[in-house]
Amino acid sequence: MLEIKNVKKTFNKNTINEKKALNGINLQLNEGDFVTVIGGNGAGKSTTLNMIAGVYPIDSGRIEIDGVNISRYPEYKRAQYIGRVFQDPMMGTAAGMEIQENMALAYRRGKGRGLAWGIRQSEKSYYQEALKKLDLGLENRMTNKVGLLSGGQRQALTLLMATLQKPKILLLDEHTAALDPKTAKKVLEITEEIVGEQNLTTMMITHNMKDAIQIGNRLIMMHEGKIIYDISGEEKNHLEVEDLLRKFEEASGEEFSNDRMILAK
Amino acid sequence: MNGLMISLQDAVVQGVLWGIMVLGVYITYKLLDIADLTVDGSFALGGCVCAIMVLVFKMDPWVALLLAGMAGMVAGAITGLLHTVFEIPAILAGILTQIGLWSINLRIMSGKSNIPLLKTDTIVSKFIDFTGANKQAASLIIGVGIAVIMIVLLYCFFGTEIGSAMRATGNNEAMVRALGVNTNWTKLLALTISNGLVGISGGLVCQSQKYADIGMGTGAIVIGLAAIVIGEVLMGKLRSFGSKLTSAVVGSVIYFVIRAVVLRMGMNANDMKLLSAAIVAVALCVPVVLRKWRLKAAYTEGGE
Ligand SMILES: Nc1ncnc2c1ncn2[C@@H]1O[C@H](COP(=O)(O)OP(=O)(O)O)[C@@H](O)[C@H]1O
Ligand SMILES: [Mg+2]
Repeated sequence: MLEIKNVKKTFNKNTINEKKALNGINLQLNEGDFVTVIGGNGAGKSTTLNMIAGVYPIDSGRIEIDGVNISRYPEYKRAQYIGRVFQDPMMGTAAGMEIQENMALAYRRGKGRGLAWGIRQSEKSYYQEALKKLDLGLENRMTNKVGLLSGGQRQALTLLMATLQKPKILLLDEHTAALDPKTAKKVLEITEEIVGEQNLTTMMITHNMKDAIQIGNRLIMMHEGKIIYDISGEEKNHLEVEDLLRKFEEASGEEFSNDRMILAK
Repeated sequence: MNGLMISLQDAVVQGVLWGIMVLGVYITYKLLDIADLTVDGSFALGGCVCAIMVLVFKMDPWVALLLAGMAGMVAGAITGLLHTVFEIPAILAGILTQIGLWSINLRIMSGKSNIPLLKTDTIVSKFIDFTGANKQAASLIIGVGIAVIMIVLLYCFFGTEIGSAMRATGNNEAMVRALGVNTNWTKLLALTISNGLVGISGGLVCQSQKYADIGMGTGAIVIGLAAIVIGEVLMGKLRSFGSKLTSAVVGSVIYFVIRAVVLRMGMNANDMKLLSAAIVAVALCVPVVLRKWRLKAAYTEGGE
């Protein structure tokens, strides 16, 4: 499904600000894998997702989706395979456009865009049904500007938009981190529901260890641009936060540090 | 009094013809958040191309107008390429094209800085022959007709798949790319369409005033921005996209009416650019000042 082979990335090469962000990432995802990603500040989690999505070109290595080498595709061309939700609720939607217009844009992800109407009448009932499932009352506000929505509503909408057109892989970068705990919980529930329903292959960065353990079938831990721990199946189910902390110290020889990381059990 | 009426009527006609240019500026400035300085050059380009096509190549004035629009589109595309492919900041890319166009426009007019169209047919004279209307009425009807057509076309275009992707590009570029749209393409297209409108406007103004002049576009961007600001003040409450486009043309008409009035009141014509710049500067400053003022006013020492 997704195959990442020895991907490296250094930012600001040959300058005083040179930063090795990815030090040879190798990862293979199977169809339907739901992987949670944890790691300290600056471990390279976001960069990994950005490399898959093609936000920046990689320095070396290879990224394949379903056997297609997308390593050199520009970001907009990879979008046909990838659904994304960002940490910042402002980033996933166009504030000045209507809810239904945003959805129509997302519905056409990866499709050629021409001079056909940007939104057809027949799509609207489909969007309405989809919004109803979020249970946020958005189905009655389809012509509202997205800028009027709360952060949580925008994140839920972004999630829905990312999956309207089934992606081969869904990338979630701390998509609940900017929300209050109650809203975060709700958005996480919606995430599990949508992913489960469509059996989506998913990578989710989270700073909540408990979520990382409970959600999904696989967990990877990153440190200094490398994957230092990869656990799945039965083994993952029995994981405790302490195990993760111990694993981290073993692998890195340092104490786990992430000022945002929630270590609570 | 009679003189005032005539100059006001003139102002309305000018406002409508320049309003087509304002529509172009609206696309780049309001939808894509780019202040595109190409327009000073592409407006004059439209005028020069139109004059030469009519005068030297004896073309039908409508065809000449079309060519003026196409010339404007080429100019916009050059700015678009400089900005997107070569990542030159939009303002600088526009200035480069504008400066280059100055020389090109002079070459188009064979080195003359002014070309009168005294005895040739124009779309205005053709319309007069056809209907018997007077000159002002003819210019007004043509101007309003073209403005309405352009507004309808733009309204439809921005409702299409490409059009909505373009609007979204101005809203949130990262999202649009994540949804599979090449934002370089949407920006390039927007700049091209915008300057096409500017070129047509230049051609219309040239035909209605019966001359093209190398300096006819100087300060056009500021006129465009001022007209947009005025339109927003007058019609900002209206939300639909169609009324926003209309407000651009209405703003242009009001701009030229204000101009006619202050000139009539004895203001030096050379000071007009200062007035326009001041209108735009004030419009841009007010929201910032308000925001800062609110921040200050919201501060309380106790943290209440
Ligand atoms: N666009 C960029 N330019 C320069 N450095 C970057 C950029 N993006 C990330 N980095 C650096 O790469 C490292 C990894 O960052 P990131 O992947 O965002 O970490 P995290 O695991 O916290 O998401 C950090 O040191 C960060 O400062
Ligand atoms: Mg991150």
